[in-house]
Amino acid sequence: MDREVSHKNIAVAEPILGPGHTLGSVTDKISSIVLTPGVTKGWLGGFTVAVILFLLLNVVMTYLFAFGVGIWGINVPVAWAFAITNFVWWIGIGHAGTLISAFLLLMHQRWRTSINRFAEAMTIFAVMCAGMFPLLHMGRPWLFYYMMPYPNPMWMWPQFRSPLVWDVFAVSTYFTVSLLFWFVGLIPDLATLRDKAKSRVSQVIYGALAMGWRGSAVHWSRYEFASLLLAGIATPLVVSVHTVVSFDFTIAIVPGWHSTIFPPYFVAGAIYSGFAMVLTLAIPLRKYYHLEDLITARHLDIMAKVMLATGMIVAYSYLIEAFMAFYSGSQYEKFMLLNRMTGPYKVVYWGLITCNLIIPQSLWSRKTRRSPAALFVVALIINVGMWLERFVIISISLHRDFLPGKWDMYYPTRWDWATLAGSFGLFFVLFYLFIRFLPMISMVEMRSLVHQTEEEKLHV
Amino acid sequence: MPQIFHRSANFLSRASIIGAVVLIGLLGIALWEITMSPWYTDQDVARQQPVPFSHKHHAGELGIDCRYCHTSVEKSSFAGVPPTQTCMTCHSQIWTNSEMLEPVRASYRTDQSLSWTRVNALPDFVYFDHSIHVAKGVGCTTCHGQVADMPLMYRAGTLYMSWCLECHRQPEKYVRPKSEVFNPFYQPPSGEKQLELGRRLVAAYKIKSLQNCSTCHR
Repeated sequence: MDREVSHKNIAVAEPILGPGHTLGSVTDKISSIVLTPGVTKGWLGGFTVAVILFLLLNVVMTYLFAFGVGIWGINVPVAWAFAITNFVWWIGIGHAGTLISAFLLLMHQRWRTSINRFAEAMTIFAVMCAGMFPLLHMGRPWLFYYMMPYPNPMWMWPQFRSPLVWDVFAVSTYFTVSLLFWFVGLIPDLATLRDKAKSRVSQVIYGALAMGWRGSAVHWSRYEFASLLLAGIATPLVVSVHTVVSFDFTIAIVPGWHSTIFPPYFVAGAIYSGFAMVLTLAIPLRKYYHLEDLITARHLDIMAKVMLATGMIVAYSYLIEAFMAFYSGSQYEKFMLLNRMTGPYKVVYWGLITCNLIIPQSLWSRKTRRSPAALFVVALIINVGMWLERFVIISISLHRDFLPGKWDMYYPTRWDWATLAGSFGLFFVLFYLFIRFLPMISMVEMRSLVHQTEEEKLHV
Repeated sequence: MPQIFHRSANFLSRASIIGAVVLIGLLGIALWEITMSPWYTDQDVARQQPVPFSHKHHAGELGIDCRYCHTSVEKSSFAGVPPTQTCMTCHSQIWTNSEMLEPVRASYRTDQSLSWTRVNALPDFVYFDHSIHVAKGVGCTTCHGQVADMPLMYRAGTLYMSWCLECHRQPEKYVRPKSEVFNPFYQPPSGEKQLELGRRLVAAYKIKSLQNCSTCHR
């Protein structure tokens, strides 16, 4: 009886794969994007813009290393502004990739199949962008390795009680595990590309990266086991990395930073912004490469729901933050909140509330969730909102703390904006290269999805 | 379909796994060896001086007290490099025609200082005070080595922070009676005996194991 019901459910549930797909057709569709020689006009156009922004980043870095962080608008009391905001924002973006690839794998959520590959790539590139910012923010970035515990002639360890050191470990672990997970997942697909490639150069490159994959039963069993292990390692990172990032603030006593709600609040926010970014990338990709069969309307719908759920957690956190400021009875906490709402940066605060809290309410409507264009706009707005949120937390808390005598304003300089724009350059250069040279959807997992879908049809 | 790779690729790929680990390990060892090598630290490397002044001869064989030349060592952070006049107290009487000493006489005649090459120089971000070390029973030779055996001066230590901290963390291993501070031939008692003496002196001289960053980096 139970069995029947469950089969019925599957039959009723909307498919996560377009009709008429076979093992061969999904492989051809995905691999042809990579193996067709030359580039399309659209790709070239986007890549050119990305490269220009990336070159801008190089200009910024050269100027920054020559003249120091003074080229940005930071000064006491706002010593942390755009760079740290960008760091938290980028690293938050990454969390959706890990959630999709690791957590949903363990939860046997099959809809992750068609989006996990590029979401993981997004994670890796976002962590690269994020990791860059604390280094750029250092006065002497060439001494960044002082943060690592290594045998040295100073007989010094890093300050292990500092959350900034925890950050180094959290982010580097995150990057390493994400990269490994991504690469292990790619191996069978790289072997497919090796076998389908026509030119000698592609054969050798994909062949070397495929590490001798022959698709034997032993290979598959080890592949599955390694994926499961890495998923097990990566899942806690979904929670731990942004928790540690939030410690950068909570450990300090600045009103607006010193709060116990930050870890869950930051993690929810990270997944929120991450899914927004996945949608921002997925919607144009599926349109341009005609992947609507593989990344279906149902995928967009589910991701929108995840966004809505995490968005509500974030909204709850805003509410609790406001409540606690008054409930605490601390005049500094109260002032911090009033200053956010009515102070000189009130536009930023209300912008954040609009972007993160009000506009996403449209996701309650099935119509919005099913319309790629509307969803794309909402996702973009959430991306902006989450950036504003980090700016509000970091810089607005700093600009007016306990002593009115040291209050001051922070204004971003053109170099602040150029660094932010440049990080997009880095991200999109990597992402464009990724969609050109690697399969953006996992062919292996799509084939197993085709297989499972066929089986289910037979049973119903 | 022809094979893309030769059979040897199997071996190479396996070997590269171990090879990478070994290579990174060797690189680490090499970096450490370079960091600790005299080539990088100038430890044990005799420096050229305008006049080949021999501490071995003056402090060792003749037994001139350190403070005869380094006059401010007990009162100041800087031990002091002697003026030419200090040299001439003796050398106006002895070796007056020595070729080797001509630069000293020239300096005396023209009133232009000899420009000695600093051998034991700490970076500017380190605050170091000779007087407190001398006053607490740290002998000259503890840091400067067996000066009485050095024909030309060289660094006895690496001057790394670890080298400073070795003593700052365990002063009892190095401290000596105040009466022996300027004795270039002092031999610390061996092993357990030094520790015993050291602990007694640390208590008597109220030596603190100062390890705060701002002790030296002010």
